[in-house]
Order: sequence, then C-alpha cells, then structure tokens
Amino acid sequence: MAGLELLSDQGYRVDGRRAGELRKIQARMGVFAQADGSAYIEQGNTKALAVVYGPHEMRGSRSRALPDRALVNCQYSMATFSTGERKRRPHGDRKACEMGLQLRQTFEAAILTQLYPRSQIDIYVQVLQADGGNYAACVNAATLAVLDAGIPMRDFVCACSAGFVDGTALADLSHVEEAAGGPQVALALLPASGQLALLEMDARLHEDHLQQVLEAASQAARDVHALLDRVVRQHVREAALLLGD
Amino acid sequence: MHGPLGIKMAMEIRLPVARTRLPESLDRDTQKHLVVPGDTITTDTGFMRGHGTYMGDEKLIASVAGSVERVNKLICVKALKTRYNGEVGDIVVGRITEVQQKRWKVETNSRLDSVLLLSSMNLPGGELRRRSAEDELAMRDFLQEGDLISVSLDFLGQGVLVQVSPSLVKRQKTHFHDLPCGASVILGNNGFIWIYPTPEQREEEAGSFIANLEPVPLSDREVISRLRNCIVSLVAQKMMLFDTSLLYCYEASLPHQIKDILKPEIMEEIVMETRQRLLEQEG
Repeated sequence: MAGLELLSDQGYRVDGRRAGELRKIQARMGVFAQADGSAYIEQGNTKALAVVYGPHEMRGSRSRALPDRALVNCQYSMATFSTGERKRRPHGDRKACEMGLQLRQTFEAAILTQLYPRSQIDIYVQVLQADGGNYAACVNAATLAVLDAGIPMRDFVCACSAGFVDGTALADLSHVEEAAGGPQVALALLPASGQLALLEMDARLHEDHLQQVLEAASQAARDVHALLDRVVRQHVREAALLLGD
Repeated sequence: MHGPLGIKMAMEIRLPVARTRLPESLDRDTQKHLVVPGDTITTDTGFMRGHGTYMGDEKLIASVAGSVERVNKLICVKALKTRYNGEVGDIVVGRITEVQQKRWKVETNSRLDSVLLLSSMNLPGGELRRRSAEDELAMRDFLQEGDLISVSLDFLGQGVLVQVSPSLVKRQKTHFHDLPCGASVILGNNGFIWIYPTPEQREEEAGSFIANLEPVPLSDREVISRLRNCIVSLVAQKMMLFDTSLLYCYEASLPHQIKDILKPEIMEEIVMETRQRLLEQEG
C-alpha cells in the first residue's frame, strides 16, 4: 500500500507501538474439559486455540509407531471467519501442511518424547482470528496446551515474529506490517537454554541486518515467555489450592 | 412457549460471566514449591530424579508444571493432570477396543491401551484349564468391542524372572507349580519363567491376585535364588525344564553354596546327578 508508513519519524508503528514492543497478550489454560490439554491465546487481535490429546495408543497405522519415542502429530487450521474475507480452506492444503510440519518440528524438539515409546501425541491448533503472527500465536498456545496436558517438556517454547523496516527491527508484526512485503522472521525459542527450536524467514534480508532482526525476535520471545510463565504459575497455584493436599 | 406436540417448554438463557478468581485468603500453603518447565529445582547432584524432572547441565530441571514432591533423596514433580499410570491393586474400568488372537485390547485412558489376556479370564471348568481353540473362537461371545469391563490389575508380586529359550520348556498340562522347597514357579511356554514365594493362601476371587508387597523373608529369598541358579545350570547343560527336573536339581544343589552353583564344574556335577535321578525314576 503506497503511502503507508510502517515506522514514523518519531518511531511509532501503525498501531502506535514502538519498534520492540509486543502486542497485548492474554492467555488461558484448560478451556476444554474433554481434551487432555487445551489453551487459548490472544496476541493483539490474533486469536488462537490449541488442543492436545495424549500420549495415547497409535491410531490408524501401527507401523508408523516409533519404537523408542512418541510420535508428535500436529494439525494447523484456520477458521473460515479468521481473515478479512471469509474463505473456506480445504483440510489438506499446502499452507496448513507446512505449518503443521513446522509445529511438529518445533515440538519434537521440546517434548521429552523418549518417555513414551510407541505412543502418539496430537496437537491441534486453530486460528480463530488472523492478524499477523499466526505461527507465533499457535506455538504459544500449543505450549500452554501441552503443559496443561501434563506432558513433560524440556522448557517452554515461546515464539515471535520480527521484521525490518527503515534500518530498524520491528518485533511482533501485525497483519498490516506483514502484508507490506518486507522481510519477516519467525523464531521459536526455548528460553532457559536460549536454544532455537525453529527459525524461518520470508522474503529477502541483507545478512548485515540479520543479527539485529534475530536479536529483536529473541528478545520478543523472551518477553512472551515472561508472560506465559506468569499465566502458568497462576494456573498451577489455583489448581493446587483447589486440589488441596 | 409451545413445542411441536403442544407441550409447554421452559427455556433458560444464561449469559457468559467473567470467572471469579479465588480469594487470596485461601493461599495458605506457601510451603508448596510450584514449578514450571525449565525451572531449576536444585543444583545439588545428590538427589535422585523422579517423574517430571530431567537432568541438564549439572542441574535438576522440572519438565512439567506442578508441585515438587520430595521423599528423602528422590525428587519428583507431580503434574496437575496426567494420563493414567497403572498402580498395583487398582481397579480399573476399561472399554474393549479390539479382539485379537488370545487377548483383548482395553482402553483405560492410559498412555497405551491395556491388554487383557484370555488366560487371565476365569472360564467355566476351572481356573487353570488349558485354553483350547474353541475358547479362542468364542472370545467374541465373552467380550466384544465396545464392552465395558472392570479388572483388578494383575500383578505377579515379587519374584524373579528368568528368560530362557522356549524350546527348553517342556509342554505340560499345567505350568503353575508349587514346589515343596517353599517357592512357586510358573514355566511360561515362551521361555519366561517366574519364580516367586508361595503365597500363604490362594485368593479365590475371580482372576485377581492381591499383590503381596511385604518384605520377602531371607529364607524364601535364598530358595528363590537357588532355584534361579538351578534353572540357569539346566539351561546351560541343555536340559529340559519341568517341575521334576527343577526339583531334583534343587535337591542336588543343596550341599553347595548358592553362588557356587554357577561354577562350571559344580554345574556339571549337579546336572549329572539330576539326569541320573530322572533316569532312575523312569526306569
């Protein structure tokens, strides 16, 4: 869109945020009683829902079962009403498959799958409202859902997106900023060790700027972690109180 | 309002309300150590790690969100919600998901489906009747897919398992033996042999053994160890395993110390004696 200033001279973005500022995040764990684990997250206007089943017996083809660890099965979907235009998305379409694969890679790195050989863990994520940072919101929701299900993980997995405009790295891109066509980086981080579970980039970015963008994304992911950490602790504390001794 | 048959229906509508947070006054135990994954529980390496923890970098780190429980030197983190992990003596209710050869797969909300063996079922004709082909075909008459059952988790209690080649286990009418020396043995056709202290009284309940977890007295342990070594010797000398051979071997081994039985020369001696006695008995 010509004339749309992604970063003003005073350093304000389209929605009034600063360059490194995240959108408002709200999250809730245990939203569904039927599933083993579930969580809902809102990052600005992006809303995502994650549901986890497992670990349980392999469904379908037993031959796919891994003898020494659990199989992590991720499915990503977007609701028809999630984007500006109502769009029916077929189930096996390329975008969804790619996202599912990325989510699977991310969580296979974090979940301690060796504890559950020959089992299967299902993670289903659905985007209810897409306003940028879909992958990040899905990862964050899925982390909370996996924790809710009591499945052991090495650490939280916190994700955030980042871009680069006018020599400045922007953290947590909204849809408007993504649609502008600039470089975008999606990063998933295990905060305690600082290890990256996934790093993905779209468009082109000069390698001189890569370090700056990576740092902005990492810092944003750490900020997300601080928030998710607070949500989980609150949830655990309440549950511990209710369960008593 | 009126329904399709002219019957009056009442309708209740509720609007969503924000959930009330628990009052802070309930927060009485600050002793509970609550952790989330990635939290360091302790840097002291003297502790043994239990469920919900893992070792990374000389530190014990939590892997689930929950409360830390410490029992002497064992630290574990109890998650709020987990799938069912079978405990001995539990009664579980399950649903049959599959009928397979000689067993049923039961869904018990644990991380893998449980298995109910045909041999564990009490069938008419006595508890230890050999399962015939008709029983297998009639499995569906007993339990079909979708049936709900309740079982007590079958557990063999304390004992020793010896794995041998299946070809060495003689086919007999019954595989459960109470040996006069004070222990009982189950000679599995698959080569798995289970030696355990003879229980005081057999529970007559259908298909359930209450596991005895009291400490096994030293004399019983010695008997079991001796039996185990006898089995190993018989196997090494390629002798068939059945209750008589085992018993004779046990008696032949009595003059020796338990640990000496495994010495090659003593092994030969004992098994030779066993062979002789068996020949005499036949002749």
